[in-house]
Amino acid sequence: MSNNTRKYSLVEKYLPYILIAPALSYLLFFIGYPLTQGVLLAFTDQNGHFTLQHVYYLLYSPSSNFWPALEDTLALAAVIIPIQVMLALGFSLMLSANFKGKDMALYILIIPLTISDVAGGLIWYSMLASNGFFNKLFMTLGIINQPIQFFGWQFRPMEFIAIVLAEVWRATALVFVIIFAGLQMISKEYIEAAEVFGAGTWTKLRHIIFPMLKPSVQTALLIRTLFAFQVFGVVMVLAGRDIPVLAGEAYYEQTILYHYGVAALYALIIAAISIVIGYIYIKMFKAQYLREVSM
Amino acid sequence: MPGPGESAPIRYYLFKIVFAGIVILSCTWILLPIIISILYAFSTPQDFYNPKEVIPLHFTLSNIQKLLALGAARATMNSIIVAIMTVIFSFILGLPAGYAFARFAFKGKDSLKLLIIGLRMFPMLVIAIPLVTLYIRLGLNDTLLGVALAHTTMALPFVILITSSIFVSVPVELEEAGYVFGLDRKQTFFRITLPLSLPGLTAAAIFTFIMSWNEVFMAAVLTLTNRTLPAFILTSAMAAPDIIKFAASFIMILPALIFVFIARKYLVSMWGITVK
Amino acid sequence: MVDVKLRGLVKRFGKTVALRGIDLDIRDGEFIVLLGPSGCGKTTTLRIIAGLEKPDEGRVLFGDKDVTYLPPKDRNVSMVFQSYAVWPHMKVRDNIAFPLKIRGVPQEEIEKRVKWAAQLLQIDELLDRYPHQLSGGQRQRVAVARAIVIEPDVLLMDEPLSNLDALLRVKMRSELKKLQRRIGVTTIYVTHDQVEAMTMGDRIAVMNAGKIQQVGTPEEIYLKPANTFVAGFVGSPQMNFFDATVKLNEEKLLDAGEFTIPLTDDLAKLLQDYNGKTVIVGIRPEYMYPKELAPKNLVGPEIKGVIDFVEALGSDTIIHLRVGDKHLVVKLSGSHHYRIGEELTVVFGLDKIHIFDKNTGKAII
Repeated sequence: MSNNTRKYSLVEKYLPYILIAPALSYLLFFIGYPLTQGVLLAFTDQNGHFTLQHVYYLLYSPSSNFWPALEDTLALAAVIIPIQVMLALGFSLMLSANFKGKDMALYILIIPLTISDVAGGLIWYSMLASNGFFNKLFMTLGIINQPIQFFGWQFRPMEFIAIVLAEVWRATALVFVIIFAGLQMISKEYIEAAEVFGAGTWTKLRHIIFPMLKPSVQTALLIRTLFAFQVFGVVMVLAGRDIPVLAGEAYYEQTILYHYGVAALYALIIAAISIVIGYIYIKMFKAQYLREVSM
Repeated sequence: MPGPGESAPIRYYLFKIVFAGIVILSCTWILLPIIISILYAFSTPQDFYNPKEVIPLHFTLSNIQKLLALGAARATMNSIIVAIMTVIFSFILGLPAGYAFARFAFKGKDSLKLLIIGLRMFPMLVIAIPLVTLYIRLGLNDTLLGVALAHTTMALPFVILITSSIFVSVPVELEEAGYVFGLDRKQTFFRITLPLSLPGLTAAAIFTFIMSWNEVFMAAVLTLTNRTLPAFILTSAMAAPDIIKFAASFIMILPALIFVFIARKYLVSMWGITVK
Repeated sequence: MVDVKLRGLVKRFGKTVALRGIDLDIRDGEFIVLLGPSGCGKTTTLRIIAGLEKPDEGRVLFGDKDVTYLPPKDRNVSMVFQSYAVWPHMKVRDNIAFPLKIRGVPQEEIEKRVKWAAQLLQIDELLDRYPHQLSGGQRQRVAVARAIVIEPDVLLMDEPLSNLDALLRVKMRSELKKLQRRIGVTTIYVTHDQVEAMTMGDRIAVMNAGKIQQVGTPEEIYLKPANTFVAGFVGSPQMNFFDATVKLNEEKLLDAGEFTIPLTDDLAKLLQDYNGKTVIVGIRPEYMYPKELAPKNLVGPEIKGVIDFVEALGSDTIIHLRVGDKHLVVKLSGSHHYRIGEELTVVFGLDKIHIFDKNTGKAII
């Protein structure tokens, strides 16, 4: 009897660890092993000797696209993210008002959450192709005589714009959902207090709503920035390698050129950048009032 | 007295009209590209290539049929199999962990939870490239199981966090009532906690499915002949004529659109929780 | 500082009607309490005065100025919120200074005024803290300081003490009242707590179901309730109510079945129109006495009953008495020993009874 109780309480004590262990082991294996393997691939040759040849290839070889890829990845992030944050803030404020059809509008705005980057790219291809919606519309309206070309090597800046449009269209929903959730959490009385004490719309936004939304905006920024370094499908669909990006180059080196070491190096670089960004984020944004806001 | 009462409603209605305009514009921005791409996916080539036909008027299934004949039928099947396997694996592994985080206080809980949140943010696509070497050794390369195992890695942190928050939302008193009236922990879980969490868990399973269905990088790296749908589109369908591509995008977004409709109630809260 | 007039305020939320015609005159410098159960419309009334809601019908006047459709910022009102709504991302100093900054008050003046308000509320030590570093009571003081710093025309308070613990609530009650006297601002205070209302209000407006039931000083509300709702809502334990038939033909009396109440000529005259009809009789528990404890000069009807239950509260003893089908509550101050099941005869003075019309609930006397 007493032996039984003891056994039971021991099981109880270790139960949470027993429940978590399978998931954790799985994750540690499927992330730890590839990362270790990745380091091996990146820094050894076929015979298993240490080498920097992949690093040299990546950085200096004329057939490597690393620097342009880094540049375009950053450029895309720098253009896309601010637009997304602004739009998401606008949508969030819009949906914090009460109006008929509000739920419907909310569902519509979050549809892109479930649409993949490949599909998002194709959907915008249907809008921008030379036989696409916009070209046919504007030509029929007589605004343009010739289709505006968005795709092809010679139209790289237009391809860039197409990617920006597709990504803003598809991935703003994620930023929106985070900021909207944050806005919902702000007690209405904080805003009403500002109103009573004389704040107009702009003062309310500037001094109450934006500061209190800061944690949500920061979270959204972090997640969007991390995703920006993984951008792949939409670029491949709309521009191929015309606009090189880090993940795209990794894919190319791996599956077309069979440069496994170089591809692994790309993977490590993307992982390293993400970890550094996450670390900086945690260090930098420890707002003093965070505790209360999240309450 | 020239009451402000009379001028206020006018300004009020003006504001209402402008506001309605903004709402409609925002919704159009999202809906129009979806509608157009679906219309083009079903339009006849004559309509699509006619510069005067902005909105196609003649529709056909031939684009979809051609795409399926090109190999998309098998790819779609592969995608469904991989997604279902991913849901099963990640829930078998993730559900117990989610329950542990929701219902136990134990040493190291906060650090473990932080680790899971960190892994949720980790760019999982990077594991695909080194995994190839392992998969070749294990005979998993170019198999659907191999893709599903990689997708499970991606989905698992999400499943743990989301199931944990679903279990937290079941009032602990209801479980305690179960204990008081003679159920043990296992019975309480299966008879009280699980039934109460079922709608949320279903939504979470749907999102896990979509996550796998949409993933392209790992699938494209880890398969060669057994392509999933996005990988197939990326490698094969890009060479096809435009309307075939639109057909491909239609098949890609179809389950997503259906699931959004079913689980729309959960969409905002789910992302709100798991990305925090 | 201004007087506030509410004229025929009606407010609907979808199909529910929150306010059904509110008329109220609030005097300059007065401390008025809107008292009522939850859902009675008191908070809606306050929010309409603040400008946070627009009424569907009716007017709000500050002095002679119609402010019905003015946004809050053009009204020079301030408010203490139930949750305090002290902005978590601003230090205490900035919270208090915020209303002044918006009004474009020069910096030196802001500093002076913030200091004045902080000293008045005894929070000058806390000015550089963030709200999450404060206790609930301290946050409440910040909210009050922020509300008075602009010297508003009207100060609005929405159940400001409901989130404080009992001890602090009693302390803040007197402090808020003293503060209001000192600065003399017209104050509208919403609460569901009758003790707060009785102790703080110059006048009380009792509300129920979107209408004002009675406006008066705390004494008037307590001694001369205008209807059964006010009579039942104010006072603890609740006033005893029972039905009785007016009989003026032979012996003039109220017949309650189990007992009768003889009527004086004055009372009988007032009840002339009700001869033969049923009325509601009300008597407060604190005006009923066991016969042996009654004041010597008290003459009044006697009622014999059986003790059902006794609540010994230490300072008070509350006896639940069964008289036939009726249930009467008697409140005695001090500690007394009564046993359940005992017979007890209680007496009360005729001058303490209230009589209400059975159909309208309105007070006849």
